[in-house]
Amino acid sequence: MWSHDPQVSAGELSLLWEVLTLRTHNTRLVVLATSLLGAASGVVGSFLLLRKRALMGDALAHATLPGLGIAFGVMTYFGMNARSLPGLLSGAVVTGVLGLLLMLAITRTTRLGDDVAMAIVLSVFFGFGVAVMGVVKALPGAAAAGLDAFLYGRPASMLAGDLVWIGGGAALVLVAVFLLFKELAALCFDEAFLEAQGFSSWWMDVVLLALVALVTVIGLQAVGLVLVIAYLIIPAAAARFWTQSLPRMTLVAAAVGAASGWAGATASALLPRMPAGAVIVLVASGFFAVSLLMAPARGLLPRLWRARVLRQRVRHQHVLRAVYEILEQAVRKDGPAQGVANRSCSFADLLVKRSWTPRQLRRILAREAGQGHLQRRSGGEVRLSEAGFGEAARVTRNHRLWEAYLVTHADIAPSHVDRDADMVEHILDAEMVARLEETLRAGQAWVPLPPSPHPMGPADRDRRDKDS
Amino acid sequence: MSWHVFDTWIVVIAALTAAACALPGTFLVLRRMSMMGDAISHAVLPGIAAAFLLAGTRTSPLLFLFAAVAGVLTALASDWISRIGGVERGAAMGVVFTTLFAIGLLMIVRAADHVDLDPSCVLFGAIELAPLDMYEWAGVTAPRAAWVGAAALVGNALLLGLFYKEMRLAAFDPGLAETLGFSPGRMHFLLMVMVAVTTVAAFEAVGSIMVIAMLVVPPATTLLLTRRLWVALVVAPALGILSALLGHLGALWIPHSFGLPPTSSSGMMAACTGLLFTLAWLFGPAGLSGMRRKRQPMTPEA
Repeated sequence: MWSHDPQVSAGELSLLWEVLTLRTHNTRLVVLATSLLGAASGVVGSFLLLRKRALMGDALAHATLPGLGIAFGVMTYFGMNARSLPGLLSGAVVTGVLGLLLMLAITRTTRLGDDVAMAIVLSVFFGFGVAVMGVVKALPGAAAAGLDAFLYGRPASMLAGDLVWIGGGAALVLVAVFLLFKELAALCFDEAFLEAQGFSSWWMDVVLLALVALVTVIGLQAVGLVLVIAYLIIPAAAARFWTQSLPRMTLVAAAVGAASGWAGATASALLPRMPAGAVIVLVASGFFAVSLLMAPARGLLPRLWRARVLRQRVRHQHVLRAVYEILEQAVRKDGPAQGVANRSCSFADLLVKRSWTPRQLRRILAREAGQGHLQRRSGGEVRLSEAGFGEAARVTRNHRLWEAYLVTHADIAPSHVDRDADMVEHILDAEMVARLEETLRAGQAWVPLPPSPHPMGPADRDRRDKDS
Repeated sequence: MSWHVFDTWIVVIAALTAAACALPGTFLVLRRMSMMGDAISHAVLPGIAAAFLLAGTRTSPLLFLFAAVAGVLTALASDWISRIGGVERGAAMGVVFTTLFAIGLLMIVRAADHVDLDPSCVLFGAIELAPLDMYEWAGVTAPRAAWVGAAALVGNALLLGLFYKEMRLAAFDPGLAETLGFSPGRMHFLLMVMVAVTTVAAFEAVGSIMVIAMLVVPPATTLLLTRRLWVALVVAPALGILSALLGHLGALWIPHSFGLPPTSSSGMMAACTGLLFTLAWLFGPAGLSGMRRKRQPMTPEA
């Protein structure tokens, strides 16, 4: 039996073992079916998401209801087994596809948007479906029990024959996506290119939505009409956070879908009163939440962390360059005989160098002191350490290299170059610096540490970004 | 087939609800956010389940409050996910409302022992039973659902009357609204609250499917007929009322002609909005027959 009595405790462990290793026939069936379905819908959902039509699956799923009702009514009328899955599902496919075509037709022939077309098809078809259901349930001899399973999903009622349908459908979807991968990718990213290659984007849309229809229809039995939508949207949306490559995204989405199906069906087998459909969706949402927060490529926390690291790097470079330029000016005052020497400079001088507040500057100095780049002395004096001085010279040199490059090669006025250089220098890597040196040497603008092409001094301090 | 006083009440309830829905619905359609109604009406399930578990009855005001909160949260959470996570808006909505629906379903199933709440009555409503629950106010006795529908209609009409200019500007030209000092974000929030509250007020009586149909389909139909916003705001409720009447007649008459008992009125009403839309689409000035004329984008003409 699928659902078991919560009182059973002696056999609990062996039951757990049996469920986890898929020993029980029914569990094996359900877990396999939901995982297959999850993988297939993850793959199709990826394309749907990139085509910016994630909610099409929603509209489509609702549009299958009248088909289910009509098929049920027709089969009852002709005295067939009204609950045979192939019969019901073919009815669902017919109205689902009809709804899709109407959606595409509405968007192409009126000034109404995608969203309106979806909402219209969804609500009108579903309303009609509810009305049809009301009629066919009242037919003489109708055994309507179990039709609700299509709304909320009841994988427990799955039979071995159903698995064949689900497995076959999922396999068909995966093969079709594999064969049409390039065309579907072009549909999502560059419709004009697809048309130029001689494909019709209308027909590719129909193909994509037909695949969605197939997944939706086979998903009806497993997770229900309302929650099959989640299968189409959530794994794909979660996968989007992990990678920028489409093939990888489809693989991740398939994995997330399959894992949600597996975990949800297993949990629902182990615990009493856990409807599989709902648990599967919640597991998938868990994956989504983790991806939203943690995924290295586009997740929230890694993005915030990268922004923080960059901000700190920018501050570090700004403060060191500011000190270096102050030292340089002091040299100029003392006469040209001496090179730039490491002396202490005052907090007040530093403060007017950029538009930072005293608090910000103090915090930055504390951080730099902690990293051994400078020492803070009594009276607000700041003195670079040996390592800090070298780093300051390097940072200033990078900045000047950029400025020189921009002046000689990009026709930027010396009076504006400070700001422009400021915006790009922080992302310079060693290779780029080497190439700059190369270019400038060829143009004879080369000096070991070029002088600033613009006048220095407090008045000329950076007027832009306070903080960065 | 026979007509009772019940049937009159059903039509009145549905007509009031339809008119209340069509007002914010017009702005939803204009702002290309039609699916928000769908998302909200699914996502209120956990709010309803929680209030039901707390209060134990289906008529508690808690129900309304929790559902409205769940609805506004859906709108805010979808916005947040799509902005912070860079997820497409439709997908963000889909993630949020399926998750909330699943939570609601789980709550109901877990508490099934001591709770008699069927998720179907959220989806399909029970308009046939609504006239049984009468409520007297100011000497008039009418079904509670009719009072709720009337309150929603009056509330929406008042809010739109107050903020007509701002809403119109925010719908057609958010940039200009911003420069003129009306925050389009605040108007967006107001619209979301209106949609959430109207949805919740309506689905109790007529079910969420009819709510989505009434929010979106009559306004969409109207926008195929007129390009003037104030005309749309009058015609859309009228079309909603017409669908309510036709729908109930259809629900009684169509099964009757096959010798069967009446079917779901709210389902039939949703289907009727679709019928009216199809007529406007086929024969309206901006529909298929008007295709030869140049298609123009929507513009505000008050």
